[in-house]
Amino acid sequence: AALKALLRSQVSAALKEGRVTPTELCQRCLALIKSTKFLNAYITVAEETALKQAEESEERYKRGQPLGILDGIPVAVKDNFNTAGIETTCASNMLKGYISPYNATVVQKLLDHGAVLLGKTNLDEFAMGSGSTDGVFGPVRNPWSYSKQYKEKSVSKSHSEDEESNWVITGGSSGGSAAAVSSFTCFAALGSDTGGSTRNPAAHCGVVGLKPTYGLISRHGLIPLVNSMDVPGILTRCVDDAAVLLGSLAGHDPKDSTTIQDDFKPFELPNLTDVSKLSIGIPKEYHAPGLSSEILALWSKAADLFKNAGAKVVEVSLPHTCYSIVCYHVLCTAEVASNMARFDGLEYGHRSDMKDSTESMYAATRREGFNDVVRGRILSGNYFLLKQNYEKYFVKAQKVRRLIANDFVKVFRSGVDILLTPTTLSDAAPYTEFIQEDNRTRSAQDDILTQAANMAGLPAINVPTALSERGLPVGLQFIGRSFQEKQLLTVAKWFEKQVQFPVIQLEEVKRHESGVFQHQKSASSS
Amino acid sequence: QNVSVEVLDHLEHLALVDFRDWEGVERLQKAIQFADQLHQVNTDGVEPMDSVLEDRCLYLREDDVTEGNCTKELLENAREKVEEYFVAPPGNIPLPKLEERDTFLQGS
Repeated sequence: AALKALLRSQVSAALKEGRVTPTELCQRCLALIKSTKFLNAYITVAEETALKQAEESEERYKRGQPLGILDGIPVAVKDNFNTAGIETTCASNMLKGYISPYNATVVQKLLDHGAVLLGKTNLDEFAMGSGSTDGVFGPVRNPWSYSKQYKEKSVSKSHSEDEESNWVITGGSSGGSAAAVSSFTCFAALGSDTGGSTRNPAAHCGVVGLKPTYGLISRHGLIPLVNSMDVPGILTRCVDDAAVLLGSLAGHDPKDSTTIQDDFKPFELPNLTDVSKLSIGIPKEYHAPGLSSEILALWSKAADLFKNAGAKVVEVSLPHTCYSIVCYHVLCTAEVASNMARFDGLEYGHRSDMKDSTESMYAATRREGFNDVVRGRILSGNYFLLKQNYEKYFVKAQKVRRLIANDFVKVFRSGVDILLTPTTLSDAAPYTEFIQEDNRTRSAQDDILTQAANMAGLPAINVPTALSERGLPVGLQFIGRSFQEKQLLTVAKWFEKQVQFPVIQLEEVKRHESGVFQHQKSASSS
Repeated sequence: QNVSVEVLDHLEHLALVDFRDWEGVERLQKAIQFADQLHQVNTDGVEPMDSVLEDRCLYLREDDVTEGNCTKELLENAREKVEEYFVAPPGNIPLPKLEERDTFLQGS
């Protein structure tokens, strides 16, 4: 019961009142991580340091001086954030064994608020991918694959056959973080979002995934993919929790000059009851080819929900939507080619034994360290940046980017407050099906609905909405105006309350919980 | 239109990663084909966009030393080092030419 609790409303109070201690919470999470190892959500579990942090938190609670709501709360961090003393691999051979000498700013902030860092979560190698299937530590399994809801709906020949061949992907690239939150092993997790990498797995794993406005949260320490689009992402089980995390992470960082200097004030989300003053935009181009009829129906139903509650719901147009994925493809590979140049084996990371010359050592190191996906993107990026191609591809893409960003500006200027769109084209695919197509094709297909928000730098959030016919989560996306996270989250919270997304029924968790939590149950009911 | 072997070789030199096999080259061909769709968009008179924060000034801090003295930590992650130096193999030796390199492109 304690693990399933929502951070803000239940666990925090429980910690404050002493009904559960940070060490207990930490131990339970660690135990659950062990029992859900088959999900492959974690690359590194920092058991010792986590327990130490939990003990320190407990001391603070005893003295009546907790650092805030996050004090003692177990969290997980995607493995492309630098964490001092803890291995940071980006799920790549290039950084296997790399122990970072510093904490990313967002990690430091979490620790400063007393959060307990359980470990680093799995991802696609260097965050390139939309399935969390292409990392060197193997794919992440969606916890919903093992849920009662999914099992009931799958055509089964035998129970064990199902589990082994039918499991579905988490989406990506922050799949490990999404799976960790979804399976109750932590209360919140950090992901990163460059083309949808936080929202996509959030939708497939039935959790809230927030992509903040570019410039709101520091990227210092986040191993960069696309400097002009990357943002740290927040994954939680409810919108209120996302607001709490945002409150502790947002704000100017002198170490990241792309963070804006405006004052950021953490906020509590009001309980919206009257949506009549709200204008919701439905961008017609998001009715993309390949959108499942199920999700289309859900999207429609959601629009009606707002309409019936008195909000103004209008169809809008973002005419350059169909080009955003191509534009992203060029800009992303170009920036990746540049960002990956730092991996040469000289100062950190994998180094080849080749000694003939500096260049041949670099080349061998990179041959050995990067997987196909990463190498492919580097080569494509370098192609687009060649002198003869620079104007034709890179600058052209930058121009198209402006057109895409302007589409949003026009729509928001016309009086629309929030856009409502699907997050993914369908529910999570079985792993065996997903790997039939290569990474680039998949990314191009799956990023279509999430990607434009990164182009324009806008905040966007996935809210789990309903279960599909296969018993898997489907989410819807809200996109807001720049730096208007409060409005975005307020609307998201209202919507979350209306849809009442079901709790995942993980049989493994139930079996585990009933043994350990008996005393907890009685403590909370007294 | 296929990408010429000269360009592929040039890319391997620039990127210092290899195509490895025909699949790798195919991947690039497909990527270019995909990117060609950009030319359908009319961008006359449109300025390229570097950053969504272009209307703001980047934060620049004072040019004062505020941290450092972490030589030991930084050297810890390097495999080959001597005293306070990172050790690299001899420089100024260009990668062997296509004919002499062990690359799959040689066969093409």
